[in-house]
Amino acid sequence: MNDFTDLYWRLDATTSTNEKLAALRDFFAAATPADAACGLAVLCGGRQLRTVSSTQLREWAAATTGLPHWLVEECYAHVGDLAETLALLLPEPAEDAVAGTTPGLAEVMQTTIHDLRGADDDRKREVVTAVWRRLASRERLVWHKLLTGGLRVGVSRTLVARALAEVAGVDPAVMAHRLMGDAVADGVAFARLLAPEPSAADDRRPYPFFLASPLDRSDVEGVAAALGSAMDWQAEWKWDGMRAQIVRRGDDATVWSRGEELMNEAFPEIVAAGSSLPAGTVLDGELLAVRDGRLLGFAALSKRAGRRRVTKKILADIPCSFVAYDLLEAEGLDLRDRPLTDRRRMLADLVPRSFADVLVPGGVNDPGPFLSPLVPGDSWPTLAARRAESRDRGVEGLMLKRRESPYAAGRTKGDWWKWKIEPLEIDAVLLYAQAGHGRRAGLHSDYTLGVWHDGKLVTVAKAYSGLADSEIVEVDRIVRATTIEKHGPVRICTPTLVFQLAFEGVSHSTRHKSGVAVRFPRIVRWRRDKQPADAGSLADLERMIAAS
Amino acid sequence: MRDLLEVTESGLYCPQGDFYVDPWRRVGRAIITHAHGDHARGGCERYLCAAAGMHVMRTRLGNSVAIDTLRDGESISINGVNVSLHPAGHVLGSAQVRVEYRGVTWVVTGDYKLQADPTCAAFRPVECDVFITESTFGLPVYRWQEPGAIAAEINAWWRANRDAGRTSVLLAYALGKAQRLAAMVDPSIGPIVAHGAVMKLVEAYRASGVRLPSIDRVPPRARRVGDGRALVIAPPSVLGSSWLRLFGESSVAMASGWMLLRGVRRRRGFERGFVVSDHADFPGLMRAIEASRASRVLVTHGFTDTLARLLRDRDYDADVLATRFTGEGEPDAPEADDATNETVADGEPAADEVEA
Repeated sequence: MNDFTDLYWRLDATTSTNEKLAALRDFFAAATPADAACGLAVLCGGRQLRTVSSTQLREWAAATTGLPHWLVEECYAHVGDLAETLALLLPEPAEDAVAGTTPGLAEVMQTTIHDLRGADDDRKREVVTAVWRRLASRERLVWHKLLTGGLRVGVSRTLVARALAEVAGVDPAVMAHRLMGDAVADGVAFARLLAPEPSAADDRRPYPFFLASPLDRSDVEGVAAALGSAMDWQAEWKWDGMRAQIVRRGDDATVWSRGEELMNEAFPEIVAAGSSLPAGTVLDGELLAVRDGRLLGFAALSKRAGRRRVTKKILADIPCSFVAYDLLEAEGLDLRDRPLTDRRRMLADLVPRSFADVLVPGGVNDPGPFLSPLVPGDSWPTLAARRAESRDRGVEGLMLKRRESPYAAGRTKGDWWKWKIEPLEIDAVLLYAQAGHGRRAGLHSDYTLGVWHDGKLVTVAKAYSGLADSEIVEVDRIVRATTIEKHGPVRICTPTLVFQLAFEGVSHSTRHKSGVAVRFPRIVRWRRDKQPADAGSLADLERMIAAS
Repeated sequence: MRDLLEVTESGLYCPQGDFYVDPWRRVGRAIITHAHGDHARGGCERYLCAAAGMHVMRTRLGNSVAIDTLRDGESISINGVNVSLHPAGHVLGSAQVRVEYRGVTWVVTGDYKLQADPTCAAFRPVECDVFITESTFGLPVYRWQEPGAIAAEINAWWRANRDAGRTSVLLAYALGKAQRLAAMVDPSIGPIVAHGAVMKLVEAYRASGVRLPSIDRVPPRARRVGDGRALVIAPPSVLGSSWLRLFGESSVAMASGWMLLRGVRRRRGFERGFVVSDHADFPGLMRAIEASRASRVLVTHGFTDTLARLLRDRDYDADVLATRFTGEGEPDAPEADDATNETVADGEPAADEVEA
């Protein structure tokens, strides 16, 4: 598995897309078809078999190294990555054990991972410790990740498709489409993937997405000055979902993300709904998680989007709908140069059901496609009043689109604006901190924050990001210096740090001691100018609940 | 009998001898294990250090301070307490302080390593009753490669950069690590150039009789240095400064024990990380503790709780000793860099030497 180990470390060592692309290209060009197919499955995050538990690995590593179990755990807490921890802890193999050619990735995965399925613990232990005696540290890390099913590399499917497209000499969107559907199971399938001639079935490309720019004005006068008459603008809600295109061509439908990633596997019901459209249709719109007439928000939706295979339970728990707001192609004709008003009229003919009818209490779960309702209003004060309803409606604000505008490519400024509402904010005090993972392994970067209630600080939110890397390092040092107690990876600190916390909504909940929970909390800035005594209170949050 | 050394407000203090080891406040008599900023601070009335470290100490503390020296193994009596200094292998002139009074012996290691280093005397075990050890890398994940293997890695990186016309910038502590790296690499690959902060200590090393390859100082007010062939050795504080632009296209690598961890390497954003440390790795710490034959071990700066607990598991009388030493800093500390201490001592930003 030398080829794949080299690929892993090359990808790990760089943040440059070009270098990642080159590393992928080199791997696919050099590996045997069987190893390439196997590597492709791993890179694309296909379901990895987990035949050995991490608990077993830790126990066997403790036994092999002669270290007490608690020390292995402390090392893991420090390193933040089990595969790496074990790779570093285990003794280096004897020179003669690594000599000679090493087997390829496909063979290693078969003999040391897949074959362990159903084996008893003694057999598993025998295989694992034999591998430990054979692999050097850098190879061991990669193998551990394969073994525990935790191998993640910083490459998107799109980048993998680009690399394969370059190796095969075909268009990247063609390759993305070929990668759809059945996994590339073996060397024969991999060879087929690289066929140089595109077939008719290959044409499923989405159009480049037109992106809106943020409108940083809250005042009606400012908006009027920037955009002119409200009559020239079409207003819609800005949904808290995922931008997507449904491409209905040939015999099937494909769903593409804004990053031009194919999402058919994550959203099968949307694909099925899209298949009912006439051939030669492309819709632009939003994927939304909506259940019983209630929007579930982006966090719920991303649970769907992150999966390669969705279970029936997930489909039932997080049903999704597609809300169309633009028509880019009809009857095989590219409509992008037509004015928005024309496209909207044709869209309404094609997709007559309004999403407004779904958003009622007890509404049916239906993938759609639905028509994104217009927000009526012929003056900026009227639209501003509608925008103020956004939080109650679970949307992020308004979208403003110039009625005469064509569908441009990329972020062409001037015709599409997102007019988002201001987030709610409160100053909160850092109470607990926990070390992060990956790039932030070993750094205390997950914070639990509290506000005042009856002279005490009560927790209200857990927030991850928003600080610059250098600030995270600084906070980490303060956390270590002010730790009162350690509970596993969580440190309880003397309250000294105040952060400005932004969030999208606040409601009663039993999740935190305070009895309230905030939606989509994130740290906006570190209030170095404030002391814990200056932080907000539960009463402030209760007032926000009352006002909403 | 009362402990021979105890932690006080001012530092590690020997009440029987009325002296301090590496005090963090101004005191009368200070015995210094080595010249790094967290161990050797200015303002004391009298200093005592290893003879080999005299020039380095003068470079850091100035020419006006009163410094006495001891040769390797030479012993003096301070108020009836016998004091001697023994090589710690950390940097030039680094010493373990052996303190003996009425048949009881304590050893303070300061910082130390067991790995071979051509620029300083090798660590030599000293038997004692109580061993005060650092624990910067006191977790078993920390195991260093042989210096020869690391040198080969650095040489390969430098050679590849040179062939691509790219300057190689290697970031390292100005005192100790920088000189060790200069002595480790293959000078036939290209010219070696050093930052002013490094250069001052290169001169102190040479004055002490340490053989180093030819190293050029980056000239003040230079506009452009080297032609993409050079290896530049500089303290980490130059990161993000315009000083680095003097070298045109370059590859920046960090030399530190923390570079062993993938997470640290990734978030610090260095193109390359070389695992080179002047501290003992975990097996080194364990070997040193064993070789001291001490039954009581006090653990300072680093993974103190962990190492003390492990030693207790192994039937040592072990405890944590809370000091203000910082070892190799923290994995992410921007000042995990001795030049910062030096900056304070010199009263001028290290990176400005060539910027002015």
